[in-house]
Amino acid sequence: MSIDTKIVDDLVANDVSFVTTVPCKQLAGVIEEVEARDEIFHIPSNKEDEGMGLCAGAWMGGKRPAIIMQNTAIGVTINTLATLTQYYRMPLPMIISYRGELREPVACQVEMAVHTKALLNQMHIPTYHFHKESDADELDAILKYTFMCNKPVAILTDASFWGGYGDQ
Amino acid sequence: MIRSEILKEIAPILRDELVVCNIGIPSQELHAIDDQPTNFYMLGTMGLASSIGFGLALAQDKLVISIDGDGSVLTNLGTLPTIGNNMPSNYILMIIDNGSYGSTGDQPTYAGMRTDLAAMAKAAGCENVIEVQDVDTGAKLQEVIDSGKGTVMVVKCDSGNAKMPVITMDPVVIRDRFMKAVAS
Ligand SMILES: Cc1ncc(C[n+]2csc(CCOP(=O)(O)OP(=O)(O)O)c2C)c(N)n1
Ligand SMILES: [Mg+2]
Repeated sequence: MSIDTKIVDDLVANDVSFVTTVPCKQLAGVIEEVEARDEIFHIPSNKEDEGMGLCAGAWMGGKRPAIIMQNTAIGVTINTLATLTQYYRMPLPMIISYRGELREPVACQVEMAVHTKALLNQMHIPTYHFHKESDADELDAILKYTFMCNKPVAILTDASFWGGYGDQ
Repeated sequence: MIRSEILKEIAPILRDELVVCNIGIPSQELHAIDDQPTNFYMLGTMGLASSIGFGLALAQDKLVISIDGDGSVLTNLGTLPTIGNNMPSNYILMIIDNGSYGSTGDQPTYAGMRTDLAAMAKAAGCENVIEVQDVDTGAKLQEVIDSGKGTVMVVKCDSGNAKMPVITMDPVVIRDRFMKAVAS
């Protein structure tokens, strides 16, 4: 089974049925898989804070949401995480491509990578870092934890986890 | 008319519907005029009233009305294409366009100058878009509800705020009673 299929299987098994995405090259496969599943309503958003607003509404409407985005989006969403998701105490699994780590070909990505964990830590957001493919074995437990505690939870997935950058 | 006068006029219509209300004085006014468990008051996060309401409308069948502001829509313009491409029949985005950032002291927005939010909503792919004058808001809102069509309403009105107390209700209480109202 591909890692994309495994991730989306875990989402579906945890009743996640509303997923918003902003693409990253590394997330292309998982986004395609989300789009392909009948159990999931996939709604692309134009900016990640907008996506978090959609997720907040969907959750209040009785659906379990998730957002799939790049780590650069942490810089876009701090206010939303603090004043919406955390303030109203809402669950939000965030599957995040962790650009700017080992094997990164694009220098600018490193500039947000060095802030990513510090910002998540400052926000008191539980953070899991997938580095090897077997780390994804914990995804099911992380999703259960997220909907148990009603918090935003970050799952950082780096280049090694995704098997590098292909042809780059 | 100013925003609070419009809210007073449409309160009897809003009362039975799920409402997501914009940050700041709009929420304070709605809360003071007719607090309901079916109202979700935003206490922060300028810009996301349309997105929260839209996510809610997509997730369940009841009608959802987002009461937004021109300044807030301008700060989250990406919301219009998302709405335009996914509009369900149970969503109304009502943009109270007073041409200003009301909550922060009525500084002018571009919507009060050359920018046309209704035209932007149409260009973004929204099918049913109407621009309404303040005095017609109640009648038009009822028409839109009766039409059963997902609609963007741009309500042109005067700039100005009523003096209302801040909302001291805990956000988790606002959210919890709202979710119970959604589920009931
Ligand atoms: C990110 C951010 N920037 C600025 C503010 C300050 N702020 C709060 S409400 C508001 C005005 C909103 O204007 P509009 O949406 O037109 O609503 P109105 O009060 O005019 O009805 C502003 C600028 C904020 N809360 N958050
Ligand atoms: Mg305004």
